Amino acid sequence: MMIAAIPWILLLSPLVGCVLILFFGRASKLLSSGIGIFCAGLSLLCAWFLWLKGGVVEVPSFPWVDYTSFGKQFRISIGFLLDDLSLPMLVVVTTVAFLVFIYSVGYMAQEEGYWRYFAGLCLFLFSMLGIVVAENFVMMFLFWELVGVSSYILIGHYFRRDSAADAAKQAFTVNRVGDFGFLLGILLIWLYSGTFSFNDLKGKAQVITDAAPWLLTTGLVLVFLGTVGKSAQFPLHVWLPNSMEGPTPVSSLLHAATMVAAGVYMLARIFPALSLSPIALEVVSWVGGITCFLAALMGTQQNDIKRILAYSTISQLGYMVIGISVATASTVAVFHLFTHAFFKCLLFLCAGSVIVGMHHEQDIWKMGSLKNKMPLTFIMMGIGTFALAGVPPFSGYFSKDLILEWAWIKGTPVFWFGAITIALTTFYIFRLFFVVFLGPPRSDEAKHAQESPRVMLLPMLILSILSLTVGWPFIGHFFIQPVHPEHVPLFLRFILIGFLAVGALVAYLLYAKGPLKDPIQVAVFENRFYIDNFYDWLVKEIQGRFAGICAFVDRWVVDGFVKIASGCVWLFGFCLRMLQVGNIQAYAFYFGAGILLIFFLLLSK
Amino acid sequence: MSPLVFLILLLILTSIFCYLSPASARRTAFMGSALQLILFLSLLLIYLFRVEDGAEVFYGWKWELLPELGVVMGLGMDGFSAIMLLLATLVTFAAVWATPAPERSVGFYYGNLFLIAAGVVGAFASTDLLFFYLFHELALIPTFLMIGIWGTGDKHRVAWKVTIYLALASFVLLIGILGLYINLPEISRTFGMRELVDLANSGVLQTPDWVFVMLFLGFGALVSLFPFHTWAPGAYACAPSSVAMLHAGVLKKFGLYGLLRVVLPIFPHEMQEYGHVLLILILGNIFFVGYATMAQRRLDWMLGYSSVMHMGYIFLGIASAMVPFAGGGGSYYLNPLSLGGAGILMFAHGISIAILFALSGQLRRRTATLEFSELGGMGKTMPAFGLLMGMGTFASIGLPGFANFSGELLVFFGAFGSGGAQFLNFYQIATAIAVWGVVVSAIYGLRAYRWTCFGETPERWVGSNELVDLRGREKFAIWILVVFSLLVGFWPQGFLKLLIPALLAQ
Repeated sequence: MMIAAIPWILLLSPLVGCVLILFFGRASKLLSSGIGIFCAGLSLLCAWFLWLKGGVVEVPSFPWVDYTSFGKQFRISIGFLLDDLSLPMLVVVTTVAFLVFIYSVGYMAQEEGYWRYFAGLCLFLFSMLGIVVAENFVMMFLFWELVGVSSYILIGHYFRRDSAADAAKQAFTVNRVGDFGFLLGILLIWLYSGTFSFNDLKGKAQVITDAAPWLLTTGLVLVFLGTVGKSAQFPLHVWLPNSMEGPTPVSSLLHAATMVAAGVYMLARIFPALSLSPIALEVVSWVGGITCFLAALMGTQQNDIKRILAYSTISQLGYMVIGISVATASTVAVFHLFTHAFFKCLLFLCAGSVIVGMHHEQDIWKMGSLKNKMPLTFIMMGIGTFALAGVPPFSGYFSKDLILEWAWIKGTPVFWFGAITIALTTFYIFRLFFVVFLGPPRSDEAKHAQESPRVMLLPMLILSILSLTVGWPFIGHFFIQPVHPEHVPLFLRFILIGFLAVGALVAYLLYAKGPLKDPIQVAVFENRFYIDNFYDWLVKEIQGRFAGICAFVDRWVVDGFVKIASGCVWLFGFCLRMLQVGNIQAYAFYFGAGILLIFFLLLSK
Repeated sequence: MSPLVFLILLLILTSIFCYLSPASARRTAFMGSALQLILFLSLLLIYLFRVEDGAEVFYGWKWELLPELGVVMGLGMDGFSAIMLLLATLVTFAAVWATPAPERSVGFYYGNLFLIAAGVVGAFASTDLLFFYLFHELALIPTFLMIGIWGTGDKHRVAWKVTIYLALASFVLLIGILGLYINLPEISRTFGMRELVDLANSGVLQTPDWVFVMLFLGFGALVSLFPFHTWAPGAYACAPSSVAMLHAGVLKKFGLYGLLRVVLPIFPHEMQEYGHVLLILILGNIFFVGYATMAQRRLDWMLGYSSVMHMGYIFLGIASAMVPFAGGGGSYYLNPLSLGGAGILMFAHGISIAILFALSGQLRRRTATLEFSELGGMGKTMPAFGLLMGMGTFASIGLPGFANFSGELLVFFGAFGSGGAQFLNFYQIATAIAVWGVVVSAIYGLRAYRWTCFGETPERWVGSNELVDLRGREKFAIWILVVFSLLVGFWPQGFLKLLIPALLAQ
């Protein structure tokens, strides 16, 4: 009984925290952060407890909707699916979240809207945990939308800044486009399988496939659209770089480590069904490959420290999506999800540390030589950089190469996208690292930068240890046991290391000496292939025009008919008024004419 | 005597007191609106303790007016009417507590407002079609007056337009109701809603098609079914906020209530037969009006249009409520998902639009304009306003946790499944377009929020003392609405237990 309550405490404690902060948080900063950290800590303890305890926990579910008619039950429950996938995910999410909560105390110390920020973070943690434990599609969708709104609140934290306000709106709207597909997919799968429980999905998916394979494929591709939105895959990736308008800890927790990975997590959840549909897997694979490659290209030419990391996140999410589509088990992608959560979170927290040190300057071409001013940040950023680039023995090496090995085994051309992206990844991350920490200081802020307070450095330290070690087999397998392919040719490893070396070398040659401005300029990459401009045009010219036409038609055509109708009535009344001449002879004439008319009508029958 | 009579009398008495003593009218209004809410909430609690499921009619009461003609005034409350009455009393409370006082003729203003409230409560408490209709008319007439007298903008023209439009719709509806009545054999003549349904099911009531058409168009036009919706946006934009809250939030649900209570169970075949036509009209509401909403550049117009658009989801629930049995044979069953979803959406939309109209009224009182281009940054200057506006916006665009989401989700499930197993059938396509409507409403809802509450405050408001935040009582009243929306959002099952049996019982 006691144990059954623990998952509920895990899920609800951040929600309670959010409500408490909403009502009492305005009183003091200490109270806001105290409640937030306490609730996140409680969830953390529950998650570690459940995971270390292992085994099955029977948790009573809550009937959100439960109705039986004609013997058919329709039940949407809020319940828990605690298994080998969700338990380690819970641990990762709560750990990263807890560290970011602590880091935020330092980062947000001088900012306004402190309580609003912590309430938003608590709401986010609640919704994210809901996605992780969700036992059915509808519950996942419900929390899926909720992470969307917490993301909206947090991106729009500096809501008086136009760019932040627009970014928040864009993030929510683009996600809604993805959710449109997600919901339709859920409806389709529900209608033809009669279930949306993840446990029943595999068996029922088999039934649909046997009946009509394209039906399952359609459903899955629609559901995948949800991932495309949430995990910022091409072509719905545009919101993620703009979401960097939020405070840096938010970018680190939501838009790097956990929330955006929810899309991949969902694919892992439905993997048993997904693996039944080769066409859906092919779609997933290509979307992942294109995203991973394009985002890396865009990342090579960005100048904002957070935006570079944002494109890197998109690209890494692309790897995970490829991982889902090529491996025989979802654990491969989830392994990369875990390692990425740690090292990308670390990178963002380091970037935050740099930004605070630089008095909120984010342009890397105003930085430089920070390795002397911020030595601890320098070392930890280095660890993050190596992990992202996939230098052995850092964690990224193990998980990313595993995905590419599987892609090679499967023999898909997407492998080459992934492999070339290794070179690009190494290039852009070392570019950032060299420009920020080496070379001459490029501005006054860089000359007077200071190391961040301990409350920020401590979470970074823990994350650097994790980023270094979590890939090692005997530690990583503690979290998850990814399936390794058999017979990986040795030269494949050399190819991958080769790509890495090329990227690093080029970055070293170009940036290590400390150029004052970027020696290479590629407008297409810098302008993100003009995809954002295309969307702006689409929204403004096409959607805006269409809306305008609808409003016009409504005002002048639909309502015009009403006006014409009322005009006819008025005209009729006007004619009748003309007849009322107030003259007795005229009325006698009408009377007589009327009688004649009636007689005529009666007799003519 | 049923306690529902006391509820209606309380509202009418408050109204009379307000008319008679304008000086204390505002205080009377505060008292009356609080009392009626407390009274109804206690009635609801007793009801919940005493009643097993929502199908049972409680607090029943009959006044045999002309028994030989079957004209009986019947009051009573089952699960469905309980929820509508809850909506009515909540919104009445907020319409008094959360709106600014009128600038002139306070007594007449509140007297009219309570007359609307009495009409609304009376209509939803009626078990009898004729009085259901008459109470609605009682509420409608002060509505016209109030738009004309205390409205803003082009109020006279709009008031006339609404009057003529809705009076015509009511007239059409009345013909339909009389059509039902005269088609009954003389011995069993009645206006009782449940009796009519029973008579129709047993084959005693045989009606020609025109009765259905009249009833459907009458009810439909009152709920702004496309293309009979053009009265709505302007009326809501010009009406004083309390009237917009009561009309868009509650009174408009009259038509939907009638469709669910009367038209659907009496005309299952016709609903099925004209289902496709209805689906196309609904897409007009959701898709066409949805995009027209997006083009609005004023908050009040945008809210007015959005309220027309959201009616489409409820219509979708109604259109998909009659499902032919898979075995064929011309028999139908009621789809509990669509019905429950439609019922919850009626409540949810009422609450969310009332929140938004209350806030837009407060904003207009402070800024004298609702042009988006002249607003901005209110989240900073008026934090409580910004927070509540956010709640209202997210409720109205269907965020999980708010009632609107549960309703929309159930309607989608109900509508998607009601066309049978054939892939890409008409119901599935309509549902898909309706789901796209959720994206559309997110776009305009967040845009409106961004333009009013986010960004920099325009120059003219900087340093001015006009932008004071909401007062305690206004916040309190709006928070009550928010809490009820959250309650339904978090626990729709509790409401479905009342709604679905009541809707299936007929």
